[in-house]
Amino acid sequence: MWAFLHRLASPKHFYHLTGAWIPWLWVTTLGCMALGLYLGLWVAPPDYQQGDSFRIMYVHVPAAWMSLFIYVFMAVAGGIGLIWNMKMADIMAVCSAPIGASFTFLALATGAIWGKPMWGTWWVWDARLTSELILLFLYLGYIALQNAIEDPRTAARAGAILAIVGSVNIPIIHYSVEWWNTLHQGPTVTRFDKPAIHPSMLWPLLLMAVAFQLYFFTVLLMRARSELLWRERRSRWVRELLSGGSIEPLSQREEAA
Amino acid sequence: MTWEEFIHMGGYGAYVWSAYGLTALVLLWNALIPLRRRREVLDRLRRWYRQENAR
Repeated sequence: MWAFLHRLASPKHFYHLTGAWIPWLWVTTLGCMALGLYLGLWVAPPDYQQGDSFRIMYVHVPAAWMSLFIYVFMAVAGGIGLIWNMKMADIMAVCSAPIGASFTFLALATGAIWGKPMWGTWWVWDARLTSELILLFLYLGYIALQNAIEDPRTAARAGAILAIVGSVNIPIIHYSVEWWNTLHQGPTVTRFDKPAIHPSMLWPLLLMAVAFQLYFFTVLLMRARSELLWRERRSRWVRELLSGGSIEPLSQREEAA
Repeated sequence: MTWEEFIHMGGYGAYVWSAYGLTALVLLWNALIPLRRRREVLDRLRRWYRQENAR
């Protein structure tokens, strides 16, 4: 396991290994998503209180989970880059930020669309919604910081500090529905006793959550590989890759297009 | 369930489908950006090596 992780930390091995994984990751992602959508939109019965509007949950909840997960991932990767000066960790942190921002935007937007018919309003300034909005601003701040600093090493270091400090917001978002009176409903899945949701409604949610998770890693690896090539442009293997002419089928098709 | 019921979503069709449509757009966008980015980086690398060889 450690030997494997060590290999993965080497840019060249990372590039080649992940290149082979990406097609399979896409197949699994789309498979989970198709099954989750079929069960969630077609098979699961309407909710007894919310009717069919509850089906928005299958994109809203996984998006919200991802917005938190990616932030923690970004802060941890940034921290590893900061402490051990590891190039791959920096790249992971930098590349995950825009994906995290997209999921945060999705959680907020689908939440607003769900809120309108259920609460009668698109938006309220309550604890859960406001703290999630702050998360979006943290992501945007991180991205702006990366764009403002020319040197990638300095940018990664500054970004890591911002991400680590900002992670204070993560438990606040998670516990906001318990600490404050909010319009947002409490957790139904992540409770210590049995989840307050019927299996026919839970399965599609879990499948969609797995699909979003896989999707994140897939697009993250795609982004990271390009970033890696550019940052490693002075190394021999990238030079040989480019001069060899044939990088891999994906890029050949792109060159033809 | 019939197709009409599926589209109608018990009266919440507009909300449900706009939420799913938006999600599909954002996910698609995030999958296409890395492809474009990759093309850009490969172009930039070729130019960079060319300039370096000219020196």
